[in-house]
Amino acid sequence: MTTSAQQQSPLLDATGVAKNYGAVAALRNASLSVLPGEVHALMGANGAGKSTLVKILTGAIQANAGRILIRGEARDIRSPAAGRRAGLLPVYQEPSLIPDLDVLSNLRLTGTPVEPFRAWVRELGIADLDLRDTARDIPLAVLRVLDLARALAVEPDVLLLDEMTAALPANLAEKVLEVVRRQGDAGRAVIFISHRFVEISALCDRATVLRDGETVGVVDIVPGVEEKIVELMLGTRIVKTHVAARSAAEKAVSAPARPRIAVKDLRVGTKLNDVSFDLRDGEVAGVVALEGQGQDELFAALAGSIRPSGGTIEVDGNQAKFAHPIDAIRAGIAYVPGDRSEALAMQRSVRENIALPFSAALRNWGPINMRKERDTVLGAIKRLQIDTRAQGEVQRLSGGNQQKVTIARWIAADARTILCFDPTRGIDVGTKQEIYKLLRELAGHGKSVLFYTSELEEVQRVCDRVIVIFGGRLVDIFPVEEADEPALMRAAYGLPRGAKADVGILAAPNASEPGATP
Amino acid sequence: MSTSAITPVPFGRRIKRFMADRPLVPLIILLVILVVILQILRPGIVNERWIANTIKFAIPLAILAGCQTMTMLTGGIDLSVGTVATMSAFIMATQIVNQDPAIAFLLAMMPAVLIGLVNGIGVGVFRVHPLIMTLGTSLIGTGCLQVYQRTVIASGAKIPDFLAWLGTGVTPIVGFAFPNALLLFVPLAALIVFTLARTGFGRLLYAVGDNERATRLSGVQYWQVITALYVTSSVLAGITGLLYIGLIKAPSLSLAEPLVLPSVAAAVIGGTSIFGGRGGYTGTIIGALILTVLTTLLTILQMPEGARRILFGLIVLFVTAAYLRIVEER
Amino acid sequence: MSHFLRRQGWVVGLFALLIVLFIATRIIQPGYGSGDFGSLARAVLPYAFAVAAQTVVVIAGGIDLSVAAMMALTSVTAASMMAGASEEYALFVVPFVLAMGFVLGALNGLLIVVTRVPDIVVTLAMLFVLQGAALLVLDAPGGGAAEWLKALISGTVPIPGLPDAVDAWLPKALLVLIVCLCVIWIPLRRSRLGLSIYAIGSSELAAFRSGVPVKRTRIIAYALSGLFAAFGGLALTMSTGIGAPIPGPYLLASVAAVVLGGVALGGGKGGLLGPIVAVFVLRLVRTDLTLLAIDPNVTAIIEGLIMVAVVMFGAFITMRGRQ
Ligand SMILES: Nc1ncnc2c1ncn2[C@@H]1O[C@H](COP(=O)(O)OP(=O)(O)OP(=O)(O)O)[C@@H](O)[C@H]1O
Ligand SMILES: [Mg+2]
Repeated sequence: MTTSAQQQSPLLDATGVAKNYGAVAALRNASLSVLPGEVHALMGANGAGKSTLVKILTGAIQANAGRILIRGEARDIRSPAAGRRAGLLPVYQEPSLIPDLDVLSNLRLTGTPVEPFRAWVRELGIADLDLRDTARDIPLAVLRVLDLARALAVEPDVLLLDEMTAALPANLAEKVLEVVRRQGDAGRAVIFISHRFVEISALCDRATVLRDGETVGVVDIVPGVEEKIVELMLGTRIVKTHVAARSAAEKAVSAPARPRIAVKDLRVGTKLNDVSFDLRDGEVAGVVALEGQGQDELFAALAGSIRPSGGTIEVDGNQAKFAHPIDAIRAGIAYVPGDRSEALAMQRSVRENIALPFSAALRNWGPINMRKERDTVLGAIKRLQIDTRAQGEVQRLSGGNQQKVTIARWIAADARTILCFDPTRGIDVGTKQEIYKLLRELAGHGKSVLFYTSELEEVQRVCDRVIVIFGGRLVDIFPVEEADEPALMRAAYGLPRGAKADVGILAAPNASEPGATP
Repeated sequence: MSTSAITPVPFGRRIKRFMADRPLVPLIILLVILVVILQILRPGIVNERWIANTIKFAIPLAILAGCQTMTMLTGGIDLSVGTVATMSAFIMATQIVNQDPAIAFLLAMMPAVLIGLVNGIGVGVFRVHPLIMTLGTSLIGTGCLQVYQRTVIASGAKIPDFLAWLGTGVTPIVGFAFPNALLLFVPLAALIVFTLARTGFGRLLYAVGDNERATRLSGVQYWQVITALYVTSSVLAGITGLLYIGLIKAPSLSLAEPLVLPSVAAAVIGGTSIFGGRGGYTGTIIGALILTVLTTLLTILQMPEGARRILFGLIVLFVTAAYLRIVEER
Repeated sequence: MSHFLRRQGWVVGLFALLIVLFIATRIIQPGYGSGDFGSLARAVLPYAFAVAAQTVVVIAGGIDLSVAAMMALTSVTAASMMAGASEEYALFVVPFVLAMGFVLGALNGLLIVVTRVPDIVVTLAMLFVLQGAALLVLDAPGGGAAEWLKALISGTVPIPGLPDAVDAWLPKALLVLIVCLCVIWIPLRRSRLGLSIYAIGSSELAAFRSGVPVKRTRIIAYALSGLFAAFGGLALTMSTGIGAPIPGPYLLASVAAVVLGGVALGGGKGGLLGPIVAVFVLRLVRTDLTLLAIDPNVTAIIEGLIMVAVVMFGAFITMRGRQ
């Protein structure tokens, strides 16, 4: 294995771990060895088995085979409580606070000391947390951070973070990375799962790569190692294309007389104020914002799932009033929510989930044309490369594959306008490329896309224009040519364009170098 | 949820997989085992007449259990089916005395539609919990029926010949006595199964029960689905009432009430989840048959009533547990 | 304060409804006095325990269809043991019956956990088993009850220093109810076990991942339900002096009161106070209808209407509050 690792004995050492779900082998032969004081990346495509491994290590599920050593001793961790006692603290891919209990009770339940927790929460960039808030009412991103703070508060030996940053906006993600970095410096070990190479290269010392449930390699993170990791992950090379820039010809074709959607002075309660912009046919407009700046409300209002308290939305020049998402869908506007649990019927099959919008309207309640449906659905599945090994129930798919199903639904339904709220959350590099291509293709076919992303890098890759929202107001709109990452970061913080201020470790040129430059 | 450990069983694994893919098979096997036990306890009891009788009694239960299956798929339950069935049966039996049969039928189905509509609007629009809503309408219905009873006490009641024929009659086909009720039940069951599996409405029932927010975002209007569902359920219950009065032949104010809890049980035994999103009607039919056979099994045993009930409870538990063991692959 | 209102708003509303009902009662029957209140409290007692039994399991994300049957069994057991026995013997009977409820409840939970059969089927099966057992103990209403037990819930509590007029409004039955529930519920609510019960009801997966022993907690929830049901059975014997093997209308009443009381079926939400107040509301409505000399047939209609209307109103308020 690696040379730098030889002197120290590993804190955690797992070998030959396997796990089957009926006919599906989630893990076949996974191994992972983590040294004290290192931040260790666990990488792999969607469905490679990363989450499964984390669950096994922390006792949430039992492996069928394998050996786990903690500080050189064989341990059989049979429950999360036992894992906790052994010093292994996870943050799972799905929030694990009890939804109906307030934060304080959640802390009591796990025996977490309150003061350290509070300190960590503050450290992680959440200033105004009320411990009496019920977990259900807390936004997903904050919930993830609380999950992390709860784990940090008991000072674990090994911290396992499963796509911790996937649902986080840039500012919170930054804080998380800083904190994790310091954990490593303090001599503790962190296992860090992420699909974002920028983070991996900024943070991690080594990476273990999984493919189809098997460990295929352990590499040191050095500049330029990205290629190799991707090759290990996918088994092949992929070409990372820069899809954004529209060709001149394309631009000439789409000079529409009137915008597809025109938003004027839109207001939603106190969260969103006087937002006006156009969305044209054949364009991908990116929305850039930090956590909770009103982008959720903007998308929900456009999707018809909440009613704006003021302003107008015009679709194709006609004023629209959306009382229910069906109204928006009739107008050809489809919404892919960021939180997949909001979009999926978890116990139903992939097929039924994708075909759901087909039966929504009263006139489609009759018999289904099964063959036609199957063809459409298969087309969408192929387009998004959904791993359908466990397609009988969506809840058995890996997180990334679930995310893909939410997008596939509207590809199958052929919506004219798609509102994508962080669609690449938790999606592996290979498929991300596909999604970028897909969005561009949609635009090429004259469709329009409104695209919020928490990964600023993506803006350059897919968008034509950038819409910046800060504090519930639209602060800037500019073409993608002017949108390099530092510029976007500054804009997201509400700083005027052209101002020079350094924000966050990711904006530092040396950190973003290996991942961000295509 | 895959929280428990799995230990692969190499032996018999294939058979298990086979059964897990076809959950009906083990259910039918359990049914057959019950029948065999019955035959051993009372040699000769399982004959043509007994089979026809069992089917006759299982059908009303199976239809009501169909109401429960459909409502349970959406995470609901319909406790008003007993009252609705009783109402339409009672109204039919009393109105037929001096009304045209067609009119009597319409009058009998009216409260069913009405209660279904109220249930649907209450649950779908006002978001009242289905259990409370249907319990409430069932109380209201019972009260109305009692008031109604006093207005018709003078005119008496009779069972229409057609319903008696449908409820109790048998038709010999190729030497076997087929209960006439099958004429009603087979198409009805086929329709329910088809609706659940192959129509947009059926899809929506599952989806709504699984994740209502997701269906909303896909453009589904909850109240439409729920209203249509509860009206359907009530109409089915009304039809069951008519069939049941032909079978029991004694109109009373609590005619179909004893069928309510068993109808829920039949659906659950048949593999439908009360939390919604999971299940189907074929399992429910077998569930209803199992419960009916069980009842006869216990009536022939010479035991005190108490012991008989204990045995009934234990067998229901055992059957369901065995079924789950076989079907569960995790 | 806003937290309190958001969480307890429903209970506060129910209390207001109860007070309105009391005022209505006084208007209907100006003579409605402490004695009538005493009999209301006595009538509520078994219902309240049934509801408490149901509440615990519903919060834990389950349902218990065997509540009424459990009450019948514990009631006939107590009555048949006490029939013709000495007064002191009852001192042994009470803990015995309570322990029996606790154990049988735990059996419910154990069966659910071990067989992994849905709780609704397990408790339905137990309903038949317990009913059958009750019939084996006594095949017709009978048995007896110790005098001191009967006296425990009749009359009022003389509290020295309190004017008689106030004292008269403190029926012993109410006190017994409050003491029994508080002694069990309040410590439970504050303990980690209580939190765990809410946790498994709210999200079993999240609870498991938070290190809650899910199975053990579920068994304990059902055991507590059995214990409360046993209290209910004792209350039945205490108020009637005999035991009846056929379960009363406590099952549906308990489920209705649980929902009316703001406990979400499905688990994780609510408390015990709401359902108990809801029981009082439901009973008082019935009293009022009787006092109004309304045709008993129409009573059922009105009861149904009120139940639906209250829940509908609540849903409406919640919807309003969210916007
Ligand atoms: N309960 C289950 N039943 C059946 N299959 C399952 C179950 N849980 C996971 N799987 C399967 O195991 C495989 C690995 O899943 P896992 O969640 O570990 O992937 P992952 O590497 O975390 O992917 P992602 O990056 O998308 O989160 C997937 O193919 C998934 O479908
Ligand atoms: Mg994962």
